[in-house]
This record gives sequence, structure tokens and C-alpha cells, in this order.
Amino acid sequence: MDLKGKKVILHDMCLRDGMHAKREQISVEQMVKVATALDDAGVPYIQVTHGGGLGGNSLQHGFALASNEEYISAVAPKMKQAKVSVLLIPGLGTMKELQSAYDCGARSVHVATHCTEADTSPQHIAFARKLGMDTTGFLMMAHLNDAAGIARQGKLMESYGAQTVYVTDSAGYMLPDDVKARIGALRAVLKPETEIGFHGHHNLGMGIANSIAAIEAGATRIDGSVAGLGAGAGNTPLEVFAAVCERMGIETGVDLFKIMDVAEDIIVPMMDHMVRVDRESLTLGFAGVYSTFLLHAKRAGDRFGVSARDILVELGRKKMIGGQEDMIMDTAMTMAKERGLL
Amino acid sequence: MKKIRCALIGSGNIGTDLIYKIQRSPVLEPVWMVGIDPESEGLARARDMGLKTTAGGVDGLLPHVLEDNIQIAFDATSAYVHAENSRKLNALGVMMIDLTPAAIGPLCVPPVNLRQHADKVEMNVNMISCAGQATIPIVNAVSRIQSVEYAEIVASLASKSVGPGTRANLDEFTYTTSSAIEKVGGARRGKALAIINPAEPPMIMRNTISCLTDDEPDHVRITESILQMIGEVQKYVPGYRLVNGPIYDGNKVQVFMEVAGLGDYLPKYAGNLDIMTAAATRTAEMFAEEILKGSITLKPVV
Repeated sequence: MDLKGKKVILHDMCLRDGMHAKREQISVEQMVKVATALDDAGVPYIQVTHGGGLGGNSLQHGFALASNEEYISAVAPKMKQAKVSVLLIPGLGTMKELQSAYDCGARSVHVATHCTEADTSPQHIAFARKLGMDTTGFLMMAHLNDAAGIARQGKLMESYGAQTVYVTDSAGYMLPDDVKARIGALRAVLKPETEIGFHGHHNLGMGIANSIAAIEAGATRIDGSVAGLGAGAGNTPLEVFAAVCERMGIETGVDLFKIMDVAEDIIVPMMDHMVRVDRESLTLGFAGVYSTFLLHAKRAGDRFGVSARDILVELGRKKMIGGQEDMIMDTAMTMAKERGLL
Repeated sequence: MKKIRCALIGSGNIGTDLIYKIQRSPVLEPVWMVGIDPESEGLARARDMGLKTTAGGVDGLLPHVLEDNIQIAFDATSAYVHAENSRKLNALGVMMIDLTPAAIGPLCVPPVNLRQHADKVEMNVNMISCAGQATIPIVNAVSRIQSVEYAEIVASLASKSVGPGTRANLDEFTYTTSSAIEKVGGARRGKALAIINPAEPPMIMRNTISCLTDDEPDHVRITESILQMIGEVQKYVPGYRLVNGPIYDGNKVQVFMEVAGLGDYLPKYAGNLDIMTAAATRTAEMFAEEILKGSITLKPVV
């Protein structure tokens, strides 16, 4: 398909999804350094929070080096053109925390629910709009709902006030046809002025291909992270995606060489482990498991002597979803008991 | 044996499940079911089960309170109408058990503080939230042994068991439960997380409770306290089960629980709803026992 001349808005996730890959240990100084470089490269939206978003600081999701307020208020004033965005998952984050993020300078929000539970987000979406924020309804683990279901859920979020609806491949499980079917179904039911976005994970190496498929089906916003710093095998690597867009004539407004430099000179040296498709992250993509579970499963596996892959496959079988990180430890203990290890 | 006569306000799932639990009670008798829709299934079912019904809301019940000697009412409507319902019934000397998030009365978790509320003859007690009922006993079991700096609970609920009211007001659920972890659980800071999982077949309610103690936790005494507390909850919720733990990691104590319902009217996986109706029934029974013994008397609140 000829996508020449299409305009697409890129949204970087290094400083939010990337927090998962860094066990929430990104310093305020690093956040400012990365965000400033991304801003300079022309990335229009930069997400900055704990990996779990607002309210994420917890025993369940780990404690970050600083509060969300500290991160946002350090980054936001330094931005020349980029908007700072946040993630808000109802049930974890609240409207009080959204108000506080707004007061610190956040101007865009992904309000995220599991792909079948959009009706837990009306208060939060309406409140974000009231604040005048660029407001996205973010349907996570979208492979667990079919195209017609995603369309119904997206329509609900639009009815609450979402200006953009995202198909979110949290498990990095989808293939291009899965993406096209869901985005196409949304495009058919949403108002023409409502935008559609795609957030990929690279667990099957499909981040770029899926994002291009999304654009073909009508998406105009794409999430990724520079050098793929994100949960699991990372997000769609943004500098690679920018290069592909340039080859295809898709307009992103991002300076390719600058964003390549951010990847190589700033992000890669920050990584604690190479964020790549390895045995465990491939298991996530293959079994359809929430990408954030990766490091938790490795830790639980080490503690109780069960392989992380076995734990991840079992979590997939039990249909655990984002937010249920406690069930990783629980599952590991139950498996260890069954194997006579505990 | 004489029983205390009760009214149920709200003819939805919770109200209907309460009929079953109250009918089994040796000290309670369900007499009235109050709804707002004459065509509602809940009111029809209540009539079939031998209750008197009104579709006129609480105002439809008021003229019958004294002649039918109603002494305890359960409110399973919404936070928005609860205060008015409570005021009208309290004025007639009816004690109110609040299953909405209104929380105008003191928070009640039966094995933790019910005795205290009964002794003070509180005329309105609030049952917090399902996650609160399922987790606060454990937080309290730790904090009664050693001071708890922070307690965090994660409640996973089957999608089918979460009604439209809770969905549209998830923040209230979070605030109410977090605050009760502190006030009733005894932690200095509390945080509640909720996850709604749509898996089929529906998952049974799960709860993970984590406490950070100020000093190194005494494994033996805390484990014993938790197991004893689980036994107390099991007296009114037989499906309250320890799956894993307690496990200790530095100052962190973690307990992994499951709550299966009795399957009265609500399906077994909806342990979250069952623990609310069971705790409310247990609360009413304690008040009823004291009224029947003559040790407390309910008086109109003017």
C-alpha cells in the first residue's frame, strides 16, 4: 500500500515502558537527559512515569527512584516542543494523581484498561478532558478481544471523551493481520475525528511490521521506544521505525540521525540487560503473556527453583492479565510445591 | 426461638443473596425487600421466597416498620441514596448495615472490630468494600503483633462479578479500601489495587496482602496470628482459603488468599460479593444476639 505523505504522530515510551526494563530505577537526571534529547530530535510526545503509570509506586510494581511528580516536574519545563504524557490505569492510579501530574506539567494521558473492561474508565477519561489533556483510551492485551469486541470497547471510550483509541499489543503476540482487523474495525465505528493508535511490543520481532500494518488500516499514532527500551523484548524500536517511515514517505517530523544517536549514545548504555528477543521474552509473545511479567517471572523462578518459561506459560494458561504481578510469585510457589521444591 | 426481623433495601444481586444468608440465620428473619422497579426480577423472587415487597423505595417501607417490628435494615443500593435511607430508618429505631461505599457510619470488619461497634450500639455501620473485607483481617493479624508501616492489597476480581456501579466509580473503591486498611487494619499507610479479569471460566476472587513491618518480623508469632485470623473469617466465609504464604522477605510479609463464595444466589467465583453479604449477615447477627439477650436496645435517632 502507498503510504507516501501520510502523517503519523510518534510517542516515545522509554521513560515509562522502559522503566519496567530498568526495574523502575531511572534517575531524574537520566529522565531529563533522555527527554531533552528526544525533544531535540523532534519526537512530539514523551511518556514519563513509573512503568505502571500514576499510582504505580507499590510493592506490587516496585518503587521508582523518584515520585511521578518529581519526574514530570523535572522534565516538563525543559521541553521545547514535546508534550509530556502519563499512563493511568484505573484501579491503580486515581484522578487525584492525574490532577497532580497535570499540575506538574503533563498534558497528555493514556487511560488504560484491559481490552474488555473499558467501562472502568469513564470517570478518568472525562476528568482528563476536563483538564484539557490530549486524552487516549488505551485497550491493553488487545489480542484477548476480537475485532468486533475491540470496536465496541473503543466506541465506549470515545463516548466517555477519548480523542484517540489505541490497540495495545501488551503481550507482543499479534501478527499484522490481527492488527489490521482490530484497527479496521475501530476505524469503521469511530467518528472520523477520533484518532487511532497502536502500541506494540517486539516479542515476536513484529513491532515495526505491526505498526506499518496499523497505519495501513487507519492508525495515525504510533508508540515505540528508542532502542526498544521497554517491557519484554521492548517496544517497537522507534529509531528503526522512523527510518522505515522515511523510506516509505510516511511523515513523522522526527530527525532520523538525531534519534539514532539518542538510541546509541544514551539509551543503550543505560540498559541493565540487552532488551531483545530472548528465550523468556519470546515466550511472552508466543504464549500471549503481559510483557511486564518478564523480570518478575525471572526473579520468582530464581527464588523458587522453577524456570521462568514454565511460569510464564502457566500464567498464560491461567489467563492472567496486566496488573496481576502478585500471581507470578503465587504461581511460582504453587508450581514449586507441586514439584516438591517447597 | 425469637428472631430479629430485617428489611433488605435494593433488590439486585447483593440483596437477593442476602435473603438466602439471612434465612439460614438462627437469629435473623428477612421480612421486607425494598426495590424501585415493580417489574424487577429481584422483587418477584423475594415474593416467591415469602418476603413482603415494595417498589416504592424506602418510603414504601416506612409505614410498615413499626407494625412489622423491623429492627435491622441492610442497604445494598448506592452511596448516593444511602444517607437519606439511613436517616429515615434510624429515626424509627432501625439499625442500618451499609453495603454501599457511602461510609457515613464506622467501618466494620467483623473479626477485627464488630464487638466494639455492638457494645457502642452503633446505629449505622459500613461494610467498606469486598476487597476490604477480604484483606483487612490479615493486615490486622500482622499489626496486632508488630507495628506495620505500610500495607498494600491487590484484589483480582472476575469481570462478571463486578457490577456497573463499582466500574463507574473505581476511584471511590480505591480510596475507601485504602483508608480502611489504615483505620481498621492498623497500618500507618494503606494502598489498595484492583484488577478486573475477564477470563472464562471466571476466576475465583484472589487477594494478595503485603505488609511492611517497622522492625524485623517475628515469623512464628505473625504466622500464628494470621492462621488464627483466617480461622475467624472462615466461621462466616467457609471459602476463605490460604493459597500460599505467609512468606517473609526482609520486613515484608506476604499472604496469598482465595475467596470462593457459598454459591447461594451468586456464583461461587464471586467470592467478592459473597464475603460482603456474609460479613453483613455476621454483623447483623452480633447485634441481634445482643438485642435478644437484652444487653443492648436500639433507640430512634432523632
